[in-house]
Amino acid sequence: MKTTHAALAEKFIADEPRTDWHDETLWFVREKRDKAAHGLPEWEQLREWGSQIKNHTLSNLYNYLKEFEEKAVANGIKVHWAADGDEHNKIIHEIIRKHNIQKIVKSKSMLTEECHLNEYLQEHGIEVVDTDLGERIVQFRKEPPSHIVLPAIHLKKEDVSATFHEHLGTEKGNNDPQYLTEAARQHLRDKFVQSQLAITGVNFAVAETGGFVVCTNEGNADMGAHTAPVHIACMGFEKIIPKAEHLSVFLRLLARSATGQPITTYSSHFHKPRPNQEMHIVLVDNGRSRQLGREDFRNSLKCIRCAACFNTCPVYRRSGGHSYHTAVAGPIGSILNPNLDMKANADLPFASTLCGSCTNVCPVKINIHEQLWKWRQVIAAEGYVATSKKIGMKGMDFLLSKPKVYRFAGKMGRWMIRIVPFVVNNKLNVWYKQREMPEPPKESFRDWYLKNGKTNKK
Amino acid sequence: MSAREKILNTIAINQPELTALPLIDRNALIRYEDVYAQFKTVLESIGGKVELVQDITELKEQLIADKASGNFVVNTIAALGDVDDQVVSFTASELEKLEKAYIKGTVGVAENGAVWIYESQMVNRLLPFICQHLIVVIDKKDIVPTMHQAYDSIDVAKEGFGAFIAGPSKTADIEQSLVIGAHGARSATIYVIE
Repeated sequence: MKTTHAALAEKFIADEPRTDWHDETLWFVREKRDKAAHGLPEWEQLREWGSQIKNHTLSNLYNYLKEFEEKAVANGIKVHWAADGDEHNKIIHEIIRKHNIQKIVKSKSMLTEECHLNEYLQEHGIEVVDTDLGERIVQFRKEPPSHIVLPAIHLKKEDVSATFHEHLGTEKGNNDPQYLTEAARQHLRDKFVQSQLAITGVNFAVAETGGFVVCTNEGNADMGAHTAPVHIACMGFEKIIPKAEHLSVFLRLLARSATGQPITTYSSHFHKPRPNQEMHIVLVDNGRSRQLGREDFRNSLKCIRCAACFNTCPVYRRSGGHSYHTAVAGPIGSILNPNLDMKANADLPFASTLCGSCTNVCPVKINIHEQLWKWRQVIAAEGYVATSKKIGMKGMDFLLSKPKVYRFAGKMGRWMIRIVPFVVNNKLNVWYKQREMPEPPKESFRDWYLKNGKTNKK
Repeated sequence: MSAREKILNTIAINQPELTALPLIDRNALIRYEDVYAQFKTVLESIGGKVELVQDITELKEQLIADKASGNFVVNTIAALGDVDDQVVSFTASELEKLEKAYIKGTVGVAENGAVWIYESQMVNRLLPFICQHLIVVIDKKDIVPTMHQAYDSIDVAKEGFGAFIAGPSKTADIEQSLVIGAHGARSATIYVIE
């Protein structure tokens, strides 16, 4: 049986207090975002600039990627191109093999999650240590991150305490975040100092200069990259921006949108390897060039991975990241993932109320909710919707295109809820699940209007 | 066909018609009456410490006391005394016990409390990250209102590495509880020279 968002969400919401906590915690992050955004009078203008710079970049991507490659190579960086996740993993594996590397540290990179790098390397007997605190927690638990910025947001401190007790020997039952973070700091310092290879993500890559920027609060990307003799930075090619001056726009938008901070603690600009260091960049396509050709969906490539759309989404907040069964969850994931595998991710564009809040908070103005709606149509046309939904949609189509039938059905519905409520108040009706059916109105709006509309007019 | 050719060819076919880059209108940007006051307020709200100093020589005594304490302390600022140039080639295991580092910054940003530091100012790229306590010195005249002016006054590609650093290392990965001192410095003090 295929796992869908609805089925996985049902498991998540079985624990009601935890669901409420998850909901409130993410809403709190959304509120911090609002406060940070409102602190800048030019916020809406900034979003517009961010959006326009990204639009321009996508329209000139060919030239910018070539320019970036040329400059990066001149800076002494080795540039690799990977058509898909498998090629990306093989390139990294080859570098590891060449240097006979055993100790690897990795800071947060959603791209490596998308490509399943850790699993790939593990299959070849190579261990990767994730160094972002949240990622280390979920790695110990053999879980994927549930949020692209806050990987362990689905966990309570008691869970983290139990995990650290098992893996790091911390005191049983000590749930103090300060204590637990300190334990991770000590544990990971050893890993940094011994590391032979550091893998990082990329937040922005600058065509003009051939360099790239990595943003963290913890400092884990820097601890790895400045220690290990080999540094590999992995990026989807849409991370490119034209000029260094454009970093000002995106660094102003990114952390404020993500967590409500004015900027991340560290915004590190890498241009050349240090003496005796080897620096690599892997430029990955993995479906992005195809998405670029889909007019309705290419906008999704503007994403800067801030997760503001996650934090504001009523469905994400109440279903958790794992319900999306993909590396990038939330509203943006639901428009990116059908491009990667339409059949496997056909459920995701339906995991939305289409309320549009995601679009309103997006720092680069991606029309996320419109794309969700458009994906539904593509997925239906390709025949990937569940049969029950297909029949339902056909029925609605029949009903809504025939006014007389519609009026009759409305009358029947109102009569049934009033006279024989058990016909709708039962398990077969999915709308009855976790809900009471509404009190039926005595008459339809149309009936009311026919009676009162004309008299009330003047 | 190589992956590179395949990717670039598909992009060439699929990229939309050229659109224009926006003009960043500097008149639209926030202005602060007192950039130093704003810098201090923001940086202290994110866990940093800011102190105004009349003259850099005032810090000399503090550095001497720090070094005399027996802790591993590194100075990279010539105006404060001897520069510990030898750390340039130090490895992570040699720097692991570093208690404190004194580093000069190029520009401070009022809107977010960040300070730009070039690799040459760090001497060793690891220094501001691996030290337990970070001391950064900037000149008051080098505080600018926003990131736009900050990028105007630096050249990100001039050296192999550089970073904006805003306060101490932190995380909120456990139940959104803020903890200062994740992997990098546990404290960050910025001395602003009048």
